[in-house]
Amino acid sequence: MNLAYRDTKHNLLRFILTCFGLSLLLGIVITMTGIYRGALDDALRLVRATSPDLWVVEAGTNGPFAESSRIAGDTREMVARIYGVERAGSVTYQSAQTKIGNLPLRLFIVGFELDRPGGPRRLVAGREIMRNHYEMIADRSAGLALGEEVPLGTRGHKFTVVGLTQNELTSAGDPVAYVTLLDAQALQFELAPPITRREASRGGASVNSDLVNAVVAKISPYVSVNDVAAAVSRWKHLSALSQEQQETLVTRFVIEKQRKQIALFTVLLVIVSAVIIALIVYTLTMDKLRSIATLKLIGASDRTIIGLIVQQALSMGVCGFLIGLALVATFRGYFPRRVILVPDDIAILFAIVVVVCLAASSLGVRIAVKVDPATALGG
Amino acid sequence: MITKANEQAPLVRIENVSKHFGTGDTRVDALRNVSLEIYPRQVVALLGPSGSGKTTLLNCIGCILEPNSGRITLDGELVYDGRWLRSDLRRLRLEKIGFIFQFHNLLPFLDSTDNVAVALDLAGVNAKTARARAVELLDYLEVGHRKHAMPSKLSGGEAQRVAIARALANRPRIILADEPTAALDSHRSGIVMDLLRKVAIDQDAAIIAVTHDDKIFDRFDHIFQLRDGRLERDVSTNSDRSLGSKTFSDITV
Repeated sequence: MNLAYRDTKHNLLRFILTCFGLSLLLGIVITMTGIYRGALDDALRLVRATSPDLWVVEAGTNGPFAESSRIAGDTREMVARIYGVERAGSVTYQSAQTKIGNLPLRLFIVGFELDRPGGPRRLVAGREIMRNHYEMIADRSAGLALGEEVPLGTRGHKFTVVGLTQNELTSAGDPVAYVTLLDAQALQFELAPPITRREASRGGASVNSDLVNAVVAKISPYVSVNDVAAAVSRWKHLSALSQEQQETLVTRFVIEKQRKQIALFTVLLVIVSAVIIALIVYTLTMDKLRSIATLKLIGASDRTIIGLIVQQALSMGVCGFLIGLALVATFRGYFPRRVILVPDDIAILFAIVVVVCLAASSLGVRIAVKVDPATALGG
Repeated sequence: MITKANEQAPLVRIENVSKHFGTGDTRVDALRNVSLEIYPRQVVALLGPSGSGKTTLLNCIGCILEPNSGRITLDGELVYDGRWLRSDLRRLRLEKIGFIFQFHNLLPFLDSTDNVAVALDLAGVNAKTARARAVELLDYLEVGHRKHAMPSKLSGGEAQRVAIARALANRPRIILADEPTAALDSHRSGIVMDLLRKVAIDQDAAIIAVTHDDKIFDRFDHIFQLRDGRLERDVSTNSDRSLGSKTFSDITV
């Protein structure tokens, strides 16, 4: 006879409400890990969007994601001429803030050269950019529709959305938008007309806008990437990073603080969950002291009593976890950040919840084991 | 105080059992050299004011409180002789002793049948046999029609009958009852005591009850008075009651 099951069945509503409360807490823990995985994936997605073999950046920098990098626009021609480089393309990266109607819209603008590496990987709607100016491919999360016009830059040019991507976000959760390199350079380096006029009137030099943040290169499979990187590094004003190095920079430095913050909150929430489970188990045990004393008096072993407490704690934790997981899986699409549920993370969290339940039930078990069967006698 | 020898062996034999709590100035002698023999088919009461030691004596007989000295023999097995002679007192209780409580102490999450079957389940009896035996016991105690009722839906008398059925589940020959009628009115108290007598005779068992309920004094074969830890006397006036092979006149207090 499974006493834990019978007790749970008898107090089913209390059990369901407890599990639901616990599921909200554990759901947040699951969401936190999902947010981290989402941020990691977003950061890597941007790096992997063009899937180059080599990143050429400003000398002495870990650009363009970990830190700022500016190199001359003609660097791409230099890189393309290096032995082993099959294709090369200039790219720029910048954040932009605009308004659609009265609603603010934040975008991460990627400037790329048409028909060269650096553009979006796959479109889910619309077409590629075909004009040199004022066309844009945006991520669906921006909420933009095909044909919609987006004002960008100090000169108020309107960019028409011609294509849509999916799940192309930055590690900060901003949707990525692709424009041509020329437009991106104008957005990044051109000054507003009043500033240009002021600079001209005071005889200042015109601003050179032919700058890019990086050059991405595809290397021939028959040539070592390291050899090409060494060749690039011979130019003292340039540095070369392999794709692997770039991904390491992003995962270890760009979102490192975010990872630590999420890990800290996750640990705190797990501790809070443990305390709450312990309190629930303690309360349930205190409610059952007379029943436990009676069971012991009529011959129940400590093992039976421990089983009763631990099984209830575990069933609460497991049900709470599964309900929490179902809630997160159902509603993660409405979360303002991408939440990615990785099976390995779920399995680890599940194991942690089981351990937490066992640890949390120890208080109840200690009380239950110490119950004197004699207390069942007498009023 | 030991009952006179008889051709039938006593189910409970207590010899010079003492129990004290605390030491020095705070020492309380709960039992002082108590001796007692209780035979099959006897229904006896332990009577006394609060703190007289009756619950302590019941706990010592029930193997849930260790005396400081003396000997306890249950159903022919010497279980205490200055120390417990069996390590598995839980098993001993399961096999030899049934408990009936003041407030029935039914498990609130089990129905009547399972409340009885749980005692068999703890003894390792398979579920089907346990339930069949539970239903049989409930019928025997005339509460079979309430076999699916939860404890909260039972009247006081019905709950106490289910509790008695649970106490009888493993066919113990010693039944300890702690104020079994305290929560019942006089009519139901009488019914419960008649049932206990029936059980004592049918199961060849001994029933020892702690009670303050003077309405049921006439239902006992013997009433032992405890005062300050001493078993003072048998105050029973029911000396002619038939007890199968024994009568009150056989008892020497």
